[in-house]
Amino acid sequence: FTLSIYLSIYLSIYLSIYLSVCLSDSAGQFFSSGHTNNWAVLVCTSRFWFNYRHVANTLSVYRSVKRLGIPDSHIVLMLADDMACNHRNPKPATVFSHKNMELNVYGDDVEVDYRGYEVTVENFLRVLTGRLPPSTPRSKRLLSDDRSNILIYLTGHGGNGFLKFQDSEEISNVELADAFEQMWQKRRYNELLFIIDTCQGASMYERFYSPNLMALASSQVGEDSLSHQPDLAIGVHLMDRYTFYLLEFLEDIHPASKANMNDLFKVCPKSQCVSTPGHRTDLFLRDPGSVLITDFFGSVRKVEITTEAIDLTDPIKEVEERPANGDVHKEMHSYVDQLPVSEIIHQKPKQKDWHPPDGFILGLWTLILLVFFQTYGVKHLRHIF
Amino acid sequence: MAAHRCCFPVWLFILCSFSLFIIAGSQETTVAPEQHASVLDNPQTAAETAEQTAGESGGVEERRWEGTEVRDAAAQKQAEPAVLQPTPQPKDDFQEELVVRPLHSGDIYASFQFRTLWETDFMRGNKVSHYRLFPKSLGQVISKFSVRELHISFTQGYWRTMQWGQPYLPSPPGAELWVWFQDSVTDVDATWKELTNVLSGIFCASLNFIDSTNTVQPSASFKPLGIGNVTDHRFLRYATLPREIVCTENLTPWKKLLPCGSKAGLAVLLKSEKLFHSSFHSQAVHIRPVCQDWQCKTTSWELRQTLNVVFDLHNSGQGKREWSLFKMFSRTLTEACPLASSSKIYIDITDNPEGEQFELSPATSLLSQAMVLGDRRTFSVYDLTQQDTFGSVRSLNLLIRWKSTEGDMLRPLLHAERYVAGYGLQTGEIHTLMYNHHPYRSFPVLLLDSVPWYLRLYIHTLTVTSKGKDNKPSYIHYQPSKDRVRPHLLEMLVQLPPNSVTEVTVQFERALLKWTEYTPDPNHGFYVGSSVISSLVPSTVAMDTNSTRERPLFSSFFPCKEESSYFVRVYTEPLLVNLPTPDFSMPYNVICLTCTVVAVGYGSLYNLLTRSFQIEEPSPGLAKRIANVIRKMRGVPPL
Repeated sequence: FTLSIYLSIYLSIYLSIYLSVCLSDSAGQFFSSGHTNNWAVLVCTSRFWFNYRHVANTLSVYRSVKRLGIPDSHIVLMLADDMACNHRNPKPATVFSHKNMELNVYGDDVEVDYRGYEVTVENFLRVLTGRLPPSTPRSKRLLSDDRSNILIYLTGHGGNGFLKFQDSEEISNVELADAFEQMWQKRRYNELLFIIDTCQGASMYERFYSPNLMALASSQVGEDSLSHQPDLAIGVHLMDRYTFYLLEFLEDIHPASKANMNDLFKVCPKSQCVSTPGHRTDLFLRDPGSVLITDFFGSVRKVEITTEAIDLTDPIKEVEERPANGDVHKEMHSYVDQLPVSEIIHQKPKQKDWHPPDGFILGLWTLILLVFFQTYGVKHLRHIF
Repeated sequence: MAAHRCCFPVWLFILCSFSLFIIAGSQETTVAPEQHASVLDNPQTAAETAEQTAGESGGVEERRWEGTEVRDAAAQKQAEPAVLQPTPQPKDDFQEELVVRPLHSGDIYASFQFRTLWETDFMRGNKVSHYRLFPKSLGQVISKFSVRELHISFTQGYWRTMQWGQPYLPSPPGAELWVWFQDSVTDVDATWKELTNVLSGIFCASLNFIDSTNTVQPSASFKPLGIGNVTDHRFLRYATLPREIVCTENLTPWKKLLPCGSKAGLAVLLKSEKLFHSSFHSQAVHIRPVCQDWQCKTTSWELRQTLNVVFDLHNSGQGKREWSLFKMFSRTLTEACPLASSSKIYIDITDNPEGEQFELSPATSLLSQAMVLGDRRTFSVYDLTQQDTFGSVRSLNLLIRWKSTEGDMLRPLLHAERYVAGYGLQTGEIHTLMYNHHPYRSFPVLLLDSVPWYLRLYIHTLTVTSKGKDNKPSYIHYQPSKDRVRPHLLEMLVQLPPNSVTEVTVQFERALLKWTEYTPDPNHGFYVGSSVISSLVPSTVAMDTNSTRERPLFSSFFPCKEESSYFVRVYTEPLLVNLPTPDFSMPYNVICLTCTVVAVGYGSLYNLLTRSFQIEEPSPGLAKRIANVIRKMRGVPPL
C-alpha cells in the first residue's frame, strides 16, 4: 500500500511538471501568431466598364474580410471606377460575382475610401508607407503598428514586373518591394500577406526582400490570368477565375475555422484556373501550415480574462452649462435677406489688396530708368528738372 | 512529436479530474489553478467525468462574476450621495417627414427630411462634449473649423423642371459644397482645404479634389440661410464637383448620421438598390443656426438631412401608373423612430380634391395645408406616432392609384437651360437661357457662373439679350481666372421681363493642358459646373413670413421675408466640353522614331566618315606557315 502511495506521489509530481509544460506550450501556441490587430488594403486598379470583373474581385475579397470580422475602419478599399452606379449597369447599386445575379458583393453597407481618380500609384504607396498629407482623414490611412497583420490584395491588368493603374501609369515590382521594406523599417507590420490577381502576377513578388512576407499570385511569368464567366444580362465578365475560386474557398471559412495557408495554396489548381497559381513563403518565418486563414482574413481577437478588479475613479461631474451671455444684452437675431437687390446694386467693388509690382513691370521700369540715365547722365539731371 | 504530446495532456486531465472529485467533496475551492494544485497534492482520486469538473469550475467562475457585480452595486450605492445633481438634459429634438408628390408625367417624387434641433452654442470656441441626437462627427467638424453654415449635397441625375416642376430643395448634379465660416477664422483658404479633406473622409467622397482651381467666393449669391447679421463674403466659399459619382458608399455614412440609423422610422425605406434605380437622386446635409423661438434672442443649431428621389414611370413603375411604398422602396413602414418627436408622411393631393385623379389608400382624415413654392398646397397626412395609422396589419403601405390622366401642370415660373455652341476644338460659345413664364410680372435673378480656367472666356463678347433687345444687368461682378490657380467667376443681376427668354452668351477658347494634367480618361471630356440662378419669384398666394410657427419641414427651408415673393434657386445642366487631347502614345512613338533615325542615319554616316580600310593578306596555307616558322627560327625573312 505504501509503495503504491509513494509511486502515486512520484507520478503526480511527474504529471504536474508535464502538465505545466503542456499548458504553457498550448498557451504559447495560442499566442504564437504574435499579432493583435488586422488590416486590409484592397485595391482595384482598372477603369472602364469592361473591367467590371476587377471591381467584383476586390469587392468579393472585401466582403469576405468584413464577414470574418475586420471592421470598415481597418479596411482601406480603393476602387478605380464606379461599376455599381455606372450608367451602363442594368441593375444599379449592385455588383455581382456569380452569373444570374446570385451574389451581390457590393452590398448595402460598403465604404469605399479611395475612388475614381484618387487611385494612383502615389496614393497607394503613400497609404502603405504612411506618408500622407496631415489633413488626410482617418478612414484613408493605414494606421498599422508592429503587431498588425496586413492583407494586401491587388487586381487589374499587369505584365512581367509591373501592374497598370487606370491605364495611365504603372507600379513596378521593385517599387513594391521597396515600399514593403519601408514598412518593415518603420515597423508597420507584423506579418503581411500579399495576393495579386493579374496576368503574370508572380513577377510582382519576385523582388521582395523584407522578412515576414507571404505572397500568392494567380499566374506565373509568361501566363495570363483568365476571367471566369460572363453574364449575358450585364454583358461583361463578372469575375476572374482565381478570385472566383478564392471566394468560394473563403465562403466556407468562419471566424473559428482552423484552415491554414496550405489550404489556401491549393485554391484553383491548373485544371480550374488554366494558369498556374504560385506562392512564395521563403521570407515568412513561421511554417505556413501553422498560419491560420483567419490570421489575415479575419480579425480574431485574443481575449485574456483577468481576475483582478479594476477601480474606476469617481464619476466625472458634469459642468453645469452656464446660460450663454447671461449678462450681455441679447440682441434680436434675424434671418438674412436672400436677394437684397438694392444692396447688391449699390455694392462697392471689393478693394483689391495692393501688391508690390510684379517681376515684369519691375524689370521694365528698371530698363527705362537705365536708358534714361544713360542718355542724359546724372549731372545733367538738374537741367531737366 | 506534437501529436504525441497531444495525447499526454488529455490523459493527465482525466487523471486530475479523478483526483478532483475526491477533493471537491471535501474542500471548497474558489480558484481553478488552485484546484489543480490541490488535486496534485492528493494523488488518491476516484472516477469523475470531465464535464462535471468543467461544470463545477464554471459554476465556481459564475459565482466569482456575481461577486464582482455585487461589489459594483455596492460601490454605486456609496457613490450616489457624491453626485451633486442629475446630468442636465440636452435639449435636442428630432423630426422626420416624407413628402410624396405625384408628378404629371407619371413619375413620383419623394422627399425625405430629417431635422435635429439642438439648443447649444458652437460659436466662440464653446466646448461641446455631450452629444445625444446630434451626430458627434459633424459637431466636431463645426467646432474645429469654426463653421457657421455648411451645405453639402450629392446628386445623381438632373432635375427636369419643365416636366417635374420645382423641387423642394434644389441641388446641382455631382457634389456641391458651400460653407460660411465664422468671423474668428483668420486663414479661410487653409481652413477650407482642411474641411474638404475631413468631409471627404466622413462621406466617402472625393471632396479632396476641391482646391483653389474650382473654389470661388461669390460676392452676392449664397447669402446665409441661417440667422446672422454679418455678411462679409470673405468668409464664404463655394465649390462644385460635377463629375462626382453618388452611390451606396455615400448613402451609408449619411444614414449613419441619423439618430435611429436605418433601423426604425422613415429611414428603413432607404434601400440603395431602389434609390439609385431612379431618374434623380439627391442627398444633402444642411447645418445652420436658427431661431429658437419667435423672439429670436437665442439660437439653436439645426441639422437637416434631406433626400430627394424621383422614380421613373417606366424604369421602376413598370409602365403602370400605380405607386405604393413597397413598389418605390421595397419596404413598408412598421413604426416611427422612437427618438423622433414627430414623424409624418405628406401626400400632395392639391390636384385631386374630389379624388377624381387618383385614389389614395389607406384613407386618412388628417389634412394639412402649406404654402410652398408660391402656392397653397393641400396634403393628406399620416402620423406615424399614432398606432392606428398602421392598422391591424401593423404595417403601412401607401397606395396611390391613378384613375385619369387629365389635367396639366402649373408651369414653373423660372426655368433655365445652358448649352455649348460652336464647332471644333479651339473655340466655342456658352449660351445660358433663362425663361420667365409669368404673364405680367418681371423679377430680378442673380446668375452665378463659375467656369474652369482651361476655358478662357472672352468677356468682351458677353451679351445679355431679352426679346431680341439688349438687357443691361444692374450689377456685374467678374473675377478673371488665373491659369492653374483660379476659375472664372461671373455674377450678374439681370431683370427678366415678363413672358420672355433671356439669353446670356459668352465666347471662349479651349486651352491645351500639360500632359500630366489630363485625367486617365480624357476623351470623356471635362465638366463645367452648373450655373446657379437665385431669384425672388412672385408668388400667387401670400407666403408665410412667421418663421417659427409650426410648419412642415419641406416648406420652411428658405426663410421668407416678404409675403409677395418666395426665394428659389435653379441650377442649369453641367456642360461637358472636349478639350484638345493629345495622343498619349506620342512620347513612346517619338522616342522609337528618334532612336531609329539616329541609329540609322547618324550611325551610317559616322561609319562612312571614320571607317578606315586596311589591306589584309589572306592567311597562307599550312605548308607555308610551317616554312615561315622554320625561317623565323633561322632568322631569315618570311615568304
